[in-house]
Order: sequence, then structure tokens, then C-alpha cells
Amino acid sequence: MTLSFFDQFMSPTYLGIPLMALALTLPWILYPTPSARWLNNRFLALQGWFINRFTQQLLLPLSLGGHKWAALLTSLMIFLITLNMLGLLPYTFTPTTQLSLNLGLAVPLWLATVLIGMRNQPTHALGHLLPEGTPGPLIPVLIIIETISLFIRPLALGVRLTANLTAGHLLIQLIATAAFVLLPLMPMVAILTSTVLVLLTLLEVAVAMIQAYVFVLLLSLYLQENV
Amino acid sequence: MANSNPTVKIDRLQGTQDPFPEKGSYKRLMDVKLGELGSWLGGRDFTPNGIISAVRRGHDRYYNKYINVKKGGIGGVAMLLVGYVALSYLWEYDHIKHDRWRKYH
Repeated sequence: MTLSFFDQFMSPTYLGIPLMALALTLPWILYPTPSARWLNNRFLALQGWFINRFTQQLLLPLSLGGHKWAALLTSLMIFLITLNMLGLLPYTFTPTTQLSLNLGLAVPLWLATVLIGMRNQPTHALGHLLPEGTPGPLIPVLIIIETISLFIRPLALGVRLTANLTAGHLLIQLIATAAFVLLPLMPMVAILTSTVLVLLTLLEVAVAMIQAYVFVLLLSLYLQENV
Repeated sequence: MANSNPTVKIDRLQGTQDPFPEKGSYKRLMDVKLGELGSWLGGRDFTPNGIISAVRRGHDRYYNKYINVKKGGIGGVAMLLVGYVALSYLWEYDHIKHDRWRKYH
């Protein structure tokens, strides 16, 4: 039985527990709760700085109604960023490569923003379906297009995260295999491939953080429209 | 439970709560002799509450020793991540061993 390149996205079971369970609980352990002291340890100081900066950035464009979502958006961002970054370690499993998890995060949250808008200010929420200044004859077509774009948002959110991470992991594995195989045959080419691998890993680190941020940012934008 | 276990000095538990105050005697794993291992394991608390409190104690010990210090470095988190990588490898070993580079499967 040979390994295919997609086996890294399979969650193997050991003693009845899938690896995904371990991967999903690890972010909980990595963020300890601050104690009642004013000055905790360095780790908590860094963590607090990051969370404060991020929450301030995120809540800047949101009105007061959106501030209720601060805890949810911040914890979602931290969860996604930790999952993505931990997945870059060797032999680990990245839960965000599974479409089921990403859609499971995207669809309920998107639906919540839409329902909040429809419930509190239905006219304003429906008004988003037609951009200002549209010429008359184009109105029916544009309404249809905007409705489709509204309904495709959760799909886009989930698939964007999945596709970016899956593609990145696959590329890393492919290039690493190429470098490994080429090493006895053509060492010079193998060194070039290894350089590409190093650059790609740096890119993956960036993508991991950016994708998590984009997910949460778009969600906050959808919220801002509707709240 | 046989009463032949000598009581551990309480200052070994400094900083943590004695988890079994009603039992009077409680030996840590490092104090248990090899022959007593079976009876020690049998006397341990395997209820869900017991398991959760054991995990909590382990976490607190690790946290207070390596992370919650005045000048903590990268070591505390790095050890945790290396342990996670090792654990993931152990989890996937049954699947990875079918890799064709291995001579003996």
C-alpha cells in the first residue's frame, strides 16, 4: 500500500480517537488564562498584547451593535490562526483543511448576520441587494445577481479557507518529495528545490495567518452591513 | 487499601492542594517502588472527576514550572509543541509505516 499525497488530510485513528480530536483541543491548552495578578508572565503579556491589538483593529469599522460580537470574532480568529500555524509542524493534522469544519464555521455565522439584519432592520438589509445609482433597466438583473452573491458568501468563506490551506500543504509535500528524490541524482537541482521549499514554507506561514484574518474580517463586514 | 504506605511529607506538595486529604496517604509516581506499582495503580482515582483533576494538576505543574516564571523563554512552549509533534507521529505511525521507503514493513 503506497501513500498518496492526499493522505495528510486524513485523520488517522489511534486507540479509537481520531487525530483531529487532538488537533482541535491543542489551541485550548496553548492559551492559558490570566491570573488575578496585574503582571503575569511574558507569555501572557504577549498574548494579551496580540488580542488587544487585534480586537481594536477589528472593531474599528463596526458600530455599537457589532461590538457584541467582539468575543466571538476574537476567539474565532485566535482559534483559526492557531490551527493553521500548528498545521505547519511536521506530522501534525490541520483541521481547517477539512471543508466540513470550515463550512460548519462559516454557514451558521453568516446566517446569523443575515438573520440579525432581516429581523432588526429588514428594509435596510434588503436595500443592500441594490447598489446606489443603478440605471433603471438594469435593476431586475442586478437584484438577482446580488441575491446570488449573498447566498454564495458562506460557501466562499468556507471554500476559500479550505482551498488555500489544502493547496499550501499539498505544494509543500510535492516540492519536499521532489527535493528528496532529486538529492542522490542531481544535487544542484535538489538544492534549488530546497530553496523553493524554504520560501514556500515562509509563504505558508503568512497564508496561514492571513487566511484566518480574512475569514474573520469578512464576517465582521457582513455583520457591519446588517447590524 | 493496605496501610503499609508511608505518608509522604506534606511539603512535597507545597503550592498545590493535597488531592486526597481524606485518604491520609498519597504517594507520587516517583516515590512508588517498582513492586508496588500494581497496587498503586489500582488505588488511583479513575473516575471522570479524578481524571480531570489529574490532568489539571499535571497542567498546573508544567505551567508553573516552565511558563509562569519571571523570565520565561521559548522553551516552555517549544517543549509542548515538540511533544505534540511526537504525539502526532505516534498517532499516524500505523499509516506512515506503509511508506515505500521502508525496508521492513
